[in-house]
Amino acid sequence: MKSLIQKLVETVGPSGFEYEIRDMIREEIGDAADAIRVDALGSLIAVKGKKQADGMRVMISAHIDEIGLMATHIDKNGFIRFTSIGGINPLTCYGGRVVFMDGRRGVIGMDGIERGKTPKLSDLFIDVGASSNESCPVKVGDVCGFERPFLDLGKRMVAKSMDDRIAAAIAIETLKRLEDTPHEVHFVFSTQEEVGLRGATTAAFGVDPDVGFAVDVTLSGDTPRPNTKMATALGDGPAIKVRDSSFIADPRLVDWMVKSAEEAGIPYQLEVLVAGGTDGRAIQLTRAGVPAGCVSIACRYIHSPSEMVDSDDVENAVKLLLKLLQDPIVLD
Amino acid sequence: MKAENMSENAPMIDKDQLGLLEKLCNACAVSGDEFEVRKIVREEVASIVDDFRVDALGNVLATKHGKGENKVRVMLAAHMDEIGLMIVKKHDDDLFQFECVGGIDPRQLPGKAVLVGREHLPGVIGAKPIHMTTKKERQNKIDVSDMRIDLGPQIGEKVKPGDRVTFATRFEVLGPSLRAKALDDRFGVATLVELIKRAPENIDLLAAFTVQEEVGLRGARVAAYALNPDMAIALDSTPAYDLPHWDEEDENVQYNTHLDAGPAIYVMDRATIADQRLVSWLRDTAEINGIPYQFRQPGGGGTDAGVIHKTRSGIPSISVSVPARYAHTAASIARLADWENTLKLLHAALSRVTPDLLTGERRG
Amino acid sequence: MTDLIPFLKEMLSAPGLSGFESPIREIISKAWEPLVDELSVSNIGSLHGYKKAEGNEPRPRVLISAHMDAIGMMVTGIRDGLMHVTEIGGLDHRILPGQPVTVHGREDLPGVIVQPPGHLLPDSVGDGPVEMKYLLVDVGLRPEDVVEKVRVGDTVSYAQDPLELSGEALAGHTLDNRVSVAATTLCLDGLQDRRHIWDVWAVASAQEEETLGGAFTSPFDIRPDIAIVIDVCFAKGPGSNDWRSLPFGEGVGIGYGPNIHPALCEAFEKKAKALEIPYHRDLMPKMSGTDAMAVQIVAEGIPCAVLGIPLRYMHTPVETVSLKDIRRAGRLMAEFIADLTPDSLDQIQWEG
Repeated sequence: MKSLIQKLVETVGPSGFEYEIRDMIREEIGDAADAIRVDALGSLIAVKGKKQADGMRVMISAHIDEIGLMATHIDKNGFIRFTSIGGINPLTCYGGRVVFMDGRRGVIGMDGIERGKTPKLSDLFIDVGASSNESCPVKVGDVCGFERPFLDLGKRMVAKSMDDRIAAAIAIETLKRLEDTPHEVHFVFSTQEEVGLRGATTAAFGVDPDVGFAVDVTLSGDTPRPNTKMATALGDGPAIKVRDSSFIADPRLVDWMVKSAEEAGIPYQLEVLVAGGTDGRAIQLTRAGVPAGCVSIACRYIHSPSEMVDSDDVENAVKLLLKLLQDPIVLD
Repeated sequence: MKAENMSENAPMIDKDQLGLLEKLCNACAVSGDEFEVRKIVREEVASIVDDFRVDALGNVLATKHGKGENKVRVMLAAHMDEIGLMIVKKHDDDLFQFECVGGIDPRQLPGKAVLVGREHLPGVIGAKPIHMTTKKERQNKIDVSDMRIDLGPQIGEKVKPGDRVTFATRFEVLGPSLRAKALDDRFGVATLVELIKRAPENIDLLAAFTVQEEVGLRGARVAAYALNPDMAIALDSTPAYDLPHWDEEDENVQYNTHLDAGPAIYVMDRATIADQRLVSWLRDTAEINGIPYQFRQPGGGGTDAGVIHKTRSGIPSISVSVPARYAHTAASIARLADWENTLKLLHAALSRVTPDLLTGERRG
Repeated sequence: MTDLIPFLKEMLSAPGLSGFESPIREIISKAWEPLVDELSVSNIGSLHGYKKAEGNEPRPRVLISAHMDAIGMMVTGIRDGLMHVTEIGGLDHRILPGQPVTVHGREDLPGVIVQPPGHLLPDSVGDGPVEMKYLLVDVGLRPEDVVEKVRVGDTVSYAQDPLELSGEALAGHTLDNRVSVAATTLCLDGLQDRRHIWDVWAVASAQEEETLGGAFTSPFDIRPDIAIVIDVCFAKGPGSNDWRSLPFGEGVGIGYGPNIHPALCEAFEKKAKALEIPYHRDLMPKMSGTDAMAVQIVAEGIPCAVLGIPLRYMHTPVETVSLKDIRRAGRLMAEFIADLTPDSLDQIQWEG
């Protein structure tokens, strides 16, 4: 799976500009799906399986957009001011490298600010090596993502956009390995999650599922002196989300997910995230409501260019999803 | 560039359009009570559209069918509400306490003339005489909860808690500019009325004069659900922060838009990332027709498009605004030419809509 | 007929945090069963009670939305047999130290929220209020037993028993919003021997305190012509005396603002006057802070009325309400609904 993950994380695709990653995913899926379509906001939806009498229409949502930057002004010396696409922490920017949709690269610099103060986004700029406004190849509205190559540390893997390409990899792998299922499974590779769950909102309305799962990353509490005390840790298994700050997972679904994991001998951990939002909310609140849950991958340094996950957690997440899809889903 | 479509049918701003804008800007319609503008809209368009109705929230939904087959259904949204105040309490001294409705910087309020209620009763938001203030005190903001509206000592029962309040600014033409309150979004309303009057025949024009945009894009959400269009454009007015930086050495890099640079096309605000097919369509229309245009700086803010594009299974959407300085204050200033060019751009763009515009996938 | 105090006390002793409403839903279900024609549960756990009207289809529909979920806490970690918690819904951490709670683990465990001694807290706290992330819950069990019975994600609710105070006042936790559920039940009582032409959908909605989930999803399913949202509102009392608060025990709040259809506000005021039910206009210049924020903008839009039961000390375990106002609200809704005619919807128009 590592080469798939590498391909996914190293592609540029900030919210609203996911076309390259979507093309790549479509190619990866190939013939493995029964049907593929793209909706009005650019989400890719791949369907597999036929709904049996004891089956359901299941939506699985992994978002394919990443955080990024958009140029807002090119100054007279060719330096590029920008705004954020999704949640950007200025602390992770200085000295970072970016790559634009057309492949052009640049570096992020910073105005001289008072020592000890935290920079704001408006104190930063991108330098692509231009020397004037006229000669700068980047224009207002151009979009870039962070650039950092995939790093294989054996059990751990590091890259930018593990959030949420790791989930896209998990979804693709699940789709490919899925054989016998009583369900009609809609794998949604959703767009624009980072700017407000937009792709999943419209995709969920269109799919109109009976039940849904988001797959996303979550904070892990296993680094020194974390701000948010999380009970999750890398390597303790895929996390079954109880809640985050955008929605509360259906407790019947949580119980069933726990039961399934225990039955199949898959390690798991329970996750309460006091921040963050995921596609799960968009699924839960669509139309007349949908029981929704989320499988999370514990991740360190989220929204930095070096997000770290555990490869066993990733493999176990695939196993868990396959287990959840192999039997009727019982909500009691 | 050859000026295509700039025929006899190209809209212009003259006495009638200005008169309508003046009536609209001088009308008072704070979010939740859009009656006065709704009434003007009804007078202007009810008799020339194929379908006219007012929905559960007070939106006006009007449809003008085009001719022929396979017409693209285009929703155009302009919001009728303005930011303002609501009276919340009458104090013993016959002075009225109020709350803000929509985003208002409290620093814009003291010492202003206002109009209260349906009768447009004149009042003032007073402020302490400077003689009675201290230097220290003048360094602090005045809290909205400490401000009062004074309508004179015998106002009696004519004003009650719940009444809405707007700035008292009257519409005026100042050379190449207009000065008025509520250019956000009476510009949009006036433009939409004009587009209905000159609706191109190649589309079904689904007009939504929406309510409660300033308190959360609420009207547009249900309007989009009901109309279920193929695509949508939000018509709004956006700030021009194109004043000089206080430090002469420094460049203003966050101007949002410039006056005199034409209609502002949105690529990205906080609520919507525009469908690039629509960005190209508008830009190409402007270039072909020699209409000045600008791109609004990507960044904050939001328009009705923010909820429209997320409705149902998704609706390709974009926003176009008339730039105006000092939005959400007592007096905004905008250029007449920018408004005229906005109207021209939209009319020309709508005239070239075909089903091909939306074929294929959204790629950015 | 529903006996108000026992019913309230029964509801107030059941947990039912946002997202975990099953226990309270069962109690409400039992109470509504004899009062409605059909009971059903929505996909995310709201309770729908459908009371059919007379006459042939199609009949106009009115939806009553009273959220049944409660605020509370959730376990985020366990250390040495003591639990860290986070809030569900909005809690002021200053009222937490020393509060009796119940931890809903593998069994219900009585416990208490404790404030650790100063030397175990960051210096910056000093003698100031302690944030929730430093508070702990102690259930008195040894660590090895706690780990058996409690896990991350378990919910924790207030355990304060309801108190009958003088002047027909009641104090306890989760009066927000169980008093509105009680009022809705009284309304259904009131309709038992009244003819009504509009179908009634009573909804005990889920997740209001967290996502307005029930308020977004139930109306999408039911598609009512109008909706009455009933919630608690601020009553005048210590620290709460400005224009947002209504007198305590002196009548129902009738909401006015962008969230509310002005014609419905007027119709309710007229009805209250005619019935000599005391009321006050409850100004909501922006949003109502209730299910109506969602209900109003579902699908093609739904005209809403917002009724409020004035309540002191909101979101604490000692919320206080006047039983008189609960009865008033129930009666006002029943009479309003019974008097709806086939033409009533035509009167809910917008000027202009």
